[in-house]
Amino acid sequence: MQWDIVIGLEIHAQLATQTKIFSGSSTAFGAEPNTQASAVDLAMPGTLPVPNEQAFRYAVMFGLAVNAEIGRRSVFDRKNYFYPDLPKGYQTTQLDHPIVGPGFVDVDLADGRSKRVRIHHAHLEEDAGKSLHEDFDGMTGIDLNRAGTPLIEIVTEPDMNSAEEAVAFAKKLHSLVSSLGICDGDMSQGSLRFDVNISLKPKGSEELGTRTETKNLNSFRFMEQAIAHEVERQMDILEDGGRIVQETRLYNGERDESRSMRSKEEANDYRYFPCPDLLPVVIDEAFIESARDLLPELPDERKGRFKAQYGLNDYDARLLSDDARMAAFFEETASHGKDAKLAANWVLGEFSARLNAEDKTVTQAPITGTQLGQLVARIADNTVSSSGAKKVFEALWNRDGDNADAIIEAQGLKQVSDTGALEQMVDEVLAGMPDQVAQYQQEIDPKKQKKMLGGFMGPLMKASKGQGNPKLFTEILLKKLSD
Amino acid sequence: MTISREDIEKVAVLARIRLDEEQIPALENDLGNILSLVDQLSAADTDNVEPLAHPLDAVQRLRADEVTETNQREAFQAIAPATEDGLYLVPRVIE
Repeated sequence: MQWDIVIGLEIHAQLATQTKIFSGSSTAFGAEPNTQASAVDLAMPGTLPVPNEQAFRYAVMFGLAVNAEIGRRSVFDRKNYFYPDLPKGYQTTQLDHPIVGPGFVDVDLADGRSKRVRIHHAHLEEDAGKSLHEDFDGMTGIDLNRAGTPLIEIVTEPDMNSAEEAVAFAKKLHSLVSSLGICDGDMSQGSLRFDVNISLKPKGSEELGTRTETKNLNSFRFMEQAIAHEVERQMDILEDGGRIVQETRLYNGERDESRSMRSKEEANDYRYFPCPDLLPVVIDEAFIESARDLLPELPDERKGRFKAQYGLNDYDARLLSDDARMAAFFEETASHGKDAKLAANWVLGEFSARLNAEDKTVTQAPITGTQLGQLVARIADNTVSSSGAKKVFEALWNRDGDNADAIIEAQGLKQVSDTGALEQMVDEVLAGMPDQVAQYQQEIDPKKQKKMLGGFMGPLMKASKGQGNPKLFTEILLKKLSD
Repeated sequence: MTISREDIEKVAVLARIRLDEEQIPALENDLGNILSLVDQLSAADTDNVEPLAHPLDAVQRLRADEVTETNQREAFQAIAPATEDGLYLVPRVIE
């Protein structure tokens, strides 16, 4: 039987505010346990929450960026559950009147299609603390520094139909919140967390199947694997005539396996009700307009500009514009590199490959856009060959020198582009290979001729100690051989 | 609506309140009365009533995003039953 896959996402993004959503405690990462947990965060009796204006500003900026309606009057509710990392015994969240209403995001897919994913809504809420289950003799340790960190929970409609679409959307969302500067986007530290709702239905059927929710996906790779894993699990059950149980599952990326966390039968009754400690928050036109003024260039606009300003193709423009830091690095490279397309090739090629190989982000790269740009300029003006340039890149990356010109000089990588000197080398090499020259001149198939031309290049590069400009060598060779 | 002796003992443990044996019958009576009073609210028909977010006709004031709290860990942990390495310790919870 053929199945349609239906996927919706819930995304929790920690907002990059200085303080918590309801208290003036710092949200700085990496502090000693419980040193950033105030009386409000600890739910001490007699305390009252006061909402952080910046959290609302960031939420509104997100809403504007996803073409959503902004909730002019939003209300906080209490979601009650009992767990030690939630001292109040409830999470303050928004249920019926969220700050961000329906919107949408358009996602470019690898095959060139564009997919619209609708946003159901996005609401503000607080994060919980952290539980540490090891090392305390049968006790659990609680760190409440994270308790009260502002989150925006973004809920999509079930508009994605494959792991590829879901991951493409997730990457777009990551790029969006980091470009907006409202979230640092660091998935490994839990700044951006994805939960995936998956169900299957017979191909073409209108009726949705029972869904499961998979939590704990802290990388795009795990997300893709977890979706593949869950789709296969559900397919096996359905094809054996079984029934899917609505449940929450935890995915273990290291082992590529998942287990049930809780089923609907044992699901909590959260007893939502409006939080009496907080009044409705009214957002006026002036607040929305001031948030609009803060919107930076967003990935879609940036992509358009890269195509127009640098003459990049759609694919390169998208890869370079998705991530704000990658985009800034490219622009710095291009501004020094004289040739924007060549700069794009180096940023997406050698540079990105090294980042991936060493699992580094752009900001952790040991070279700057200026340094790479200076190298690109030397490739563009034929000072170094592309193989020489790779050596320069290597030296820059390993910090064996801090600028391309000095490395080219020190390693003797300057190409010989003096045509007189090159012509002399060609004459000498051809004089030593009369048989090959005769063979070449008798050959009528241009393809074979082209291949034979390569036979002369080796000795030429050797004669020039690797420093001859291959493009000029080829030109001279063609001229001499056709004489 | 009644509340059982077991419920009262359980709530007392959860709330970390020590009860003497002879206090319990009075509490059974008092808490039962409160629950009955609240039960009367269930009789009201609320099908077409929009939930009231807040009884006051006012809007929320927002706070500037500035750190105003200092580290008071020592004071807070002085009244906690168990702490270690700066963490609050609670009976082991495993999902």
